[in-house]
Amino acid sequence: MNEGKKRLKGATILLEALEKEGVDVIFGYPGGVLLPLYDALLDSPVRHILVRHEQGGVHAADGYARVTGKVGVCLATSGPGATNLVTGITNAYMDSIPLVVLTGQVVTSLLGTDSFQEADITGITTPVTKHNYLVKDAREIPRIIKEAFYLAGTGRPGPVLIDLPKDILAAEIEPFAADMDLKGYHVPSKGDSDKIAEVAKAISKSRRAVIYAGGGVITAGAGGVLKQLAERSSLPVVTTLMGIGCLPSGHPNLLGMVGLHGAVAANYAVDDCDLLLAVGVRFDDRVTSGLGHLFATKAKIAHIDIDPAEIAKVVRTHIPIIGDARLVLEELSNALEGYTVPQVGDWWDQLRAWKKGYPIKYDKDRLTPQMVIECVGELANEDTMVITDVGQHQMWAAQVYPIMKSRNFATSGGLGTMGFGLPAAMGAQIARPDDIVVLITGDGSFQMCIQELATIAHNKLPIKMVLLNNGVLGMVRQLQKYFSGERYNQIDLQGNPDFIKIAEAYGIRGIRVDSLEQVRGSISEAFKHPGPVLLEFAISPNDDVLPIVPPGKPITEMLGR
Amino acid sequence: MLHTLAALVENHPGVLTRVAGLFARRAYNIDSLSVCQTDDPKLSRMTIVVNGDAQIIEQVRNQLNKLVIVHSVTDLTTESVVERELALIRIKVSSETRAEVLQTVDIFRGRVVDMGRTNLTVELTGDVEKVDGFVKAIRPYGLLELVRTGKIAIMRSEV
Repeated sequence: MNEGKKRLKGATILLEALEKEGVDVIFGYPGGVLLPLYDALLDSPVRHILVRHEQGGVHAADGYARVTGKVGVCLATSGPGATNLVTGITNAYMDSIPLVVLTGQVVTSLLGTDSFQEADITGITTPVTKHNYLVKDAREIPRIIKEAFYLAGTGRPGPVLIDLPKDILAAEIEPFAADMDLKGYHVPSKGDSDKIAEVAKAISKSRRAVIYAGGGVITAGAGGVLKQLAERSSLPVVTTLMGIGCLPSGHPNLLGMVGLHGAVAANYAVDDCDLLLAVGVRFDDRVTSGLGHLFATKAKIAHIDIDPAEIAKVVRTHIPIIGDARLVLEELSNALEGYTVPQVGDWWDQLRAWKKGYPIKYDKDRLTPQMVIECVGELANEDTMVITDVGQHQMWAAQVYPIMKSRNFATSGGLGTMGFGLPAAMGAQIARPDDIVVLITGDGSFQMCIQELATIAHNKLPIKMVLLNNGVLGMVRQLQKYFSGERYNQIDLQGNPDFIKIAEAYGIRGIRVDSLEQVRGSISEAFKHPGPVLLEFAISPNDDVLPIVPPGKPITEMLGR
Repeated sequence: MLHTLAALVENHPGVLTRVAGLFARRAYNIDSLSVCQTDDPKLSRMTIVVNGDAQIIEQVRNQLNKLVIVHSVTDLTTESVVERELALIRIKVSSETRAEVLQTVDIFRGRVVDMGRTNLTVELTGDVEKVDGFVKAIRPYGLLELVRTGKIAIMRSEV
């Protein structure tokens, strides 16, 4: 035996490997099979945040990843602990968020025997992870950790799950360095230069071009080069929900969000353009209305994406470019140097007329959700992170809140997970303790992960929670109002608690706001308060998210224009 | 149109689930799938016959390539390939039909691998059309059981 090397437990080797990957915090919840890991954590510098439900842990890791670009890490025990993660993993998968998800598993000798707290979590999560592992030998740990972080964080990011049986965590082995073995994984980087030149030429010849920017722009850190490109060639920009923040709010080239609750000017521009430069987007049905064949029909479509499987998935693509959005846009920017700026005066006259003619409309002379959000935006600073839940408040935030920087807006886009907001805000605040975190939520979503108020209180996370309380499941109510002939069903949240008392029960300051006059003062008070605050605004259930594209209609046919 | 894809995949548990699951959730239709270890024990070769137009096949290839356990995917449809399928077929025979059945087996270059009093089992290799043709030819005598491997294919060497 080699006596020069000290034997270490699998759990220790795992934690050392995490440290090597730069992990500073894990959001977790212990359990029987994780005993060796929680024992080893006592001696590790990696910080552990004890959440109150595994779903909270995975959303927190997700929020952490969204506001930093780093890989978020969460941990849960076997069986129910692991299955409680599934929603959060799917959420991260849909929005291409890098996560490493660690789950405990029963000892290998009991695998497949329906033993206590056993669940086939690798089987369950195969469709919703970028990749997953069941570790069967402690000696695989260093390689698998290295691969997991590389897979999660590169290319099109996504969650990677590692299932760790108890005996693997407890096994004592000699530590050693391991190399990755990923022959089947290739990360595209630069795009095809000929294709990029083709796009440059197309831009120079276009008269009505539009940039359609999504989450990929933010993932790639391509906001800066996108701005430069848009300004130089006078190109208007529409963003997806996930692309919010890639251009600062109020930028003259920004037309707003495109899609079902998008800005009218953005939807009209996409419909009327002759060249659509799609960057880091996937032509989601919330953008196209599920009608890929009716989307930007007059346009030549150039699609830049790092995932080849996104090309031509939904719409026909004339110029596909596989590559990293930042690298491709930089090369495109250079290629455009050879061309004169396209003649787009008439196009901009039209765009400005649409922008002026169809603003996002809402009342400012009474307590409306939009004016609350606008007021929060005025009193916050440009480094403030806005985290939303899912529903009407999410769309109002997307329409109204002035996001100034990439990674300062985090929302559940693809999966639309109610309950995402509160724990994600928690993760965001832990990731960036010096910046303000504002949670915008509704009374439905807030109650889906409300238990995390304990984690927030215990860790003194100074999150400003803006609860827009209309006493109903507003988005569904709105759909029933417009598309089910006002036959309301199961949208009334009778039995809602007194949210201020709930906050106070956790030792969190609560402020209820019932009138317009109190709005500004209460928000400013919340920002001055050093700890977490719950701001509850009593809003009307009749305030709708407008405009709205009815189901099955093309995006130009918006109600409430 | 039917496409024949050859995928080189890692050879460990769960790989088939990943591939089959991908086809199921994206609603791609597998016509046949055959898989076995290659000469490199770390790798398996899958031959997947899938139905779809050019755009769907491109999607299938891209989605397969996204699986970390898939090393490469080649569309053999437009390539010059040798393709074979193996079938085992049990056919009902009587003293009157035995000679005719054996003659048919002979024409299709099949081999009788098992023989009972009232039935015989034939081994047949060939392309899919040949197997189809044989099945059609012997069906009137009484097809008792049919096992087909699905197509496997290999690129022809350059001359």
